[in-house]
Order: sequence, then structure tokens, then C-alpha cells
Amino acid sequence: MSGGANQAPLLEVRRLAMHFPVSEGIVLSRKIGDVKAVDGVDFTINRGETLGLVGESGCGKTTTGRCILRLERPTAGQILFDGEDVGRMDRKGLTAFRRRVQVIFQDPYSSLNPRMKVGDIIAEPIKVHGVEPDAKRRQARVRELLSICGLDPKFTDRYPHEMSGGQRQRVGIARALALDPEFIVCDEAVSALDVSIQAQVVNLLEDLRERFGLTYLFIAHDLSVVRHLCQRVAVMYLGRIVEMADGDELFDNPLHPYTQALLASVPVPDPRVEATRAFRPPRGEVPSPINPPSGCVFHPRCPMAVDGCKRERPVLRELRPGHWVACSEVH
Amino acid sequence: MPPLLEVKGLHTEFRTGAGLVRAVDGISYTVERGETIAIVGESGSGKSVSALSILRLIPDPPGRITAGEILFDGRDLRTLSEAEMRRIRGRDIGMVFQEPMTSLNPVLTIGRQITEVLEQHQGADRATAERRALELLEMVGIADAGRRLKQYPHQLSGGMRQRVMIAVALACNPKLIIADEPTTALDVTIQAQILELMKSLTRRLDVALIVITHNLGVVARYARRVNVMYAGRIVEAGDADAIYHDPRHPYTMALLRSVPRLDQPRRARLDPVDGQPPDLTRLDGGCAFRSRCRFAVDRCGQANPSLAPAGEAGHFAACFRSNELAARDVAA
Repeated sequence: MSGGANQAPLLEVRRLAMHFPVSEGIVLSRKIGDVKAVDGVDFTINRGETLGLVGESGCGKTTTGRCILRLERPTAGQILFDGEDVGRMDRKGLTAFRRRVQVIFQDPYSSLNPRMKVGDIIAEPIKVHGVEPDAKRRQARVRELLSICGLDPKFTDRYPHEMSGGQRQRVGIARALALDPEFIVCDEAVSALDVSIQAQVVNLLEDLRERFGLTYLFIAHDLSVVRHLCQRVAVMYLGRIVEMADGDELFDNPLHPYTQALLASVPVPDPRVEATRAFRPPRGEVPSPINPPSGCVFHPRCPMAVDGCKRERPVLRELRPGHWVACSEVH
Repeated sequence: MPPLLEVKGLHTEFRTGAGLVRAVDGISYTVERGETIAIVGESGSGKSVSALSILRLIPDPPGRITAGEILFDGRDLRTLSEAEMRRIRGRDIGMVFQEPMTSLNPVLTIGRQITEVLEQHQGADRATAERRALELLEMVGIADAGRRLKQYPHQLSGGMRQRVMIAVALACNPKLIIADEPTTALDVTIQAQILELMKSLTRRLDVALIVITHNLGVVARYARRVNVMYAGRIVEAGDADAIYHDPRHPYTMALLRSVPRLDQPRRARLDPVDGQPPDLTRLDGGCAFRSRCRFAVDRCGQANPSLAPAGEAGHFAACFRSNELAARDVAA
């Protein structure tokens, strides 16, 4: 892991679990089980680092992000931000926490209020937190934020619908930056954008990280973008982290059979490379998180599974320095 | 033998509050029998509208096909009556759309959706249709097909629904399937399963396939020939290998440079396409890409270049400077 040994991580997630009750019936509704959206997840993020959290729909990556933002109260586990337990923060502590931690959402269409002008959208957090009571100086700050995000300061008077998707996402980023945060959760922040615009926003995120010393949790399903943007990557499957390593190590030497299958499923934009690749998508589909398979949750789809995989839940082990794998069959 | 599909000078317009949008602005291409071609482009490039136009599924108003020919198996689909067109859709040309939940009927069982097509188009009786439906579900890799036939779309996963869509599309042995972003809504491992399924079935059954997508990886893996669309026009067309390794249009070049690749280590920075996508209500007579183009010259504002031969045989680009740029690359 990067960062000095004596430097404490900015974010520490310990045994995080988030179970949602599932009920049946409308009138006499009764609980029939739990969706284990997140089921025992551990990781840390160092200052200035970008950790990628990847996986397919329903793997729990977004719920993990929402727990960190305290938009959900986890069923179990702890989230430590700068050493402080987010779950035990009082109102004052939480207000300070919400200044230091921000989020960028996927959809620049639904995450901006369509009735507000761009300038007001960006000024709102500054107002709410009482950072800059002077209206003139607040306006100047908004214009500065727009230009930091590559937008013309004249855009303050526009409405979101007058802008393209890429421009709207820049507004979302400007709003996230308004309070000088230290940590930003990017939840599929570039997924809704067209290819030609996606690269612009990826570069912007990278520039901002360097310029303001930001730390990111980058939640995404697009592995190519994650490879480009993240120093470390954690792969989730059905609520658990199955593999975690430095970016290039994970993409060049994936050890967990699920990670291998995932990487093999992504077509590369080069017909010559594609012509030489063996392409065997994993069989079957992701099982229901209400009644996940016993033992290793990947065993029904795993080409390497042995009898023991049905019984024993594999723990995340450090097989090489900094490379963690939850599979009993990988050594 | 003439090509299976020949689109000539197709124009499709939409009247919107903001003005007239030429969503498809004079495109021409062919599809040979049994061949897979890709139409690649970003939002608003006209790739989906061009496909819906072939099937005459453009809502009118606000949309309208204003010019062009769509020769399918020798017949111009634009001259057919609506009743004749209905016989073509689903029988000769199958369709697979992005979101299988909205293209399947939620109140009909999976079995009924397939048997309906067979009864309508082939006059099959119930028993024959049901036997064939079971066969089709097995062919598209649905386990426990007998039970699935009695289920409703909401009881199936997204990947399985898309398999059902493929079964419906193949039910009447079509000559052509049009797949519009068939895997965009699916997870990557399921996307891979569905694409492999479509590839092997179209090969085995000798069905031609038009894949419409924004995903350059999917195109590289599955298509032999590629049309690149921008602002309603085909700006580059050719064999996949030529398009990816010897692109002749600045938009294609920029697009390929801008995508991060899973098979390459972290680069310092991506090289994005500059600027914003075009506003289709404000196009002038010049090249629509010129405001984002690094090679634009005065001439690009005066006229809109049409497709012209570039590079090897069968390779076309709509750029005044395409041969000049290629020569420059060789020199560099």
C-alpha cells in the first residue's frame, strides 16, 4: 500500500455489513429474510489515494458508498474517517463530517435540481454550511469553482437542461468541491457519459485530485476506466470483497477466479487483440443476495470450485504483498 | 446476387420545439447475407434512428423519413403498405432492443410471446408453436425451458430476458436481425454471454446482423465491417481492422485515442475528444465535427464532405483532409 507506515489511513472500513429486510404480503406483511447487500467488508483508503470499488449490479458497491456517506445506517461494522467513528458522531461532528466528505453521482440529469440555476446549485452547500455569508464573495467563489471545473463562469445563470451531459457532470463536480472536501465518493461518476466526453471528465477528476490533494472512492462497473484512474482496486461479488490489490497488479495478475472471469468478459477496442483472445464468459448468473450460496458465494459459477468451497467461507488473505484474495484454492 | 440490405441516401427528420433535427442525414450502406456489421456512434449520432427507419418504426409525428431507399431483398421497404411492413417485421427482420423489460409484454407469459409470433407470421397451430417455442428457448441457452415458458418477464433476470428477446427475434428464421445496444443494460459477464450467443447463432443460422452500439470493444470483437456515425452521417466506413488500425476520419481517430483500455497499464492522462457534442438543431452546411477537430481548416466550414475512398479498397472517410492526415501519420 502507498503512504508511509506511520500515516494513518483517511478512511477505514471494518467488518461493514448492511442487511435490508425483505417482506412478503401487503396487508399482513411479514419479514421473510434479509438482502445481505454488504456482508462483511474491510478496506482502507490512504490520503491522496483513489480506491476503485468494482463489481456487477447488486454486488454491494453502491451500498458500501452510501454507508460511508452515512446515507445508510449499517447493520454492523465500523467506518472510521480520520480516526473518528462515523456511526457515533453527534450532530456537530456530523456537520463537520459532511463538509469534509462529498459525493458525485452517476446521473447528471437527476442529481441536479432542474428548477435551480447552476450558480445556485453550486452556492447552496456554501450557504447551508455558512462558509461564506457574503453574497458577492459567494458568487465569486461559484465562478471560481466553475472555471476550476472547465466551465465558462457565465454558466451561473443557466439551468441544467440547457447544458449537455458532460457539462452537467462538471456542475455536479463543482458542487462537490464547493466546501473544500478531503474525500469524495464518486458513484459511477462517468458511466452515463458518452465516450468522447468521459475522457474529459476522467482527466478533470485526476487533475482535481492532484491539485487539491483529494482522496477518492471510485465506484464503477467500467473496468477500463478504473484501471486508468485508480491506484488500488477492490473487486466485490455478492456483498463481499473477493480480491484487492494495486491497480496494475490486479489487472495483470488477477488471482481470484471471479476477477479473472470479469476481466476476460471485457472486450478490448482492438480487433487484432480480440482475434487472439480466448473468450469464455463465466457460466450462470449472479445468485440472489436474499439466499446466497453457502460457503464461497462464487462456488456455483466457479471453474475451480472443490467440495470445501460449498462449506467454508474463504477469508481475504494477503497472498503477495498488498494483494489480497478470498479464495481457498489460490495459493 | 444483390446485397441483403441496401440503404441509399436515407434521410430522417424530427420536428422539435427547438427546430428541425436531421437525425439521419443521407446515409448509405449495405449488408451482405449472413454478415455482421456494426454501426457505432455516441448519443445523438443517429445510429438508433437509422435502424428504426429501416423498420419504419419512426413515430410520425414528430419524425419522418424524407428521402432515400431501403432495399431489402430487392424490395424498397419505403414503398410497402403498413400491412406488408408488419409481415416483414418479426418475420424477415428480427429485432433486439436495449431494454428487454420494455420490449417484452409484461402481461404475457414468455411462451405466449414466442408462440404469438409463430402463429401470426407462420400460421402455426398452438401445439406446433409451443413445441417450437421450447426448442427456441433451449437454443438460446435457457435452462429449465419448460418451466420458463410459463413464467412472466418480471420473473426473469435481465440476461435471461435478453435471451428471450433473441429467441423471439429468431423465431421465424429471419434473414436479418437488428440489435440496438443489445447488451448495454447488462452486466459485463452477462454481456459477454449474450454477445457470444448472438455470434454463434447468427453464424450457425446464417443470419445477417446489424449491431448498433457505442461500445468500441463490442465492435472490435464482433463486427467485420463498421460504420462510424456522427451528427446523422456516416463519417467513416470500412473493415474493422482498417477502422481501428488505420482510421482516416479525425473523429474516429480522436474517439479511439480517448478510450481507456483494459489491456494497457495506467497512462498519465487520457487524450479526450475536445469540446461538446454537436447541437443537431444548429448544424450549418459545413462539417459537423470541425469545432472539435484538431485538423479543421477554412474549407471545412464551407461544405460538408461526403464519403470518399480512403486507404484500402472498401475504406471510406468523409473528411477533406483524410489522405493528407494519413500521409502525415506515416511520415511521423
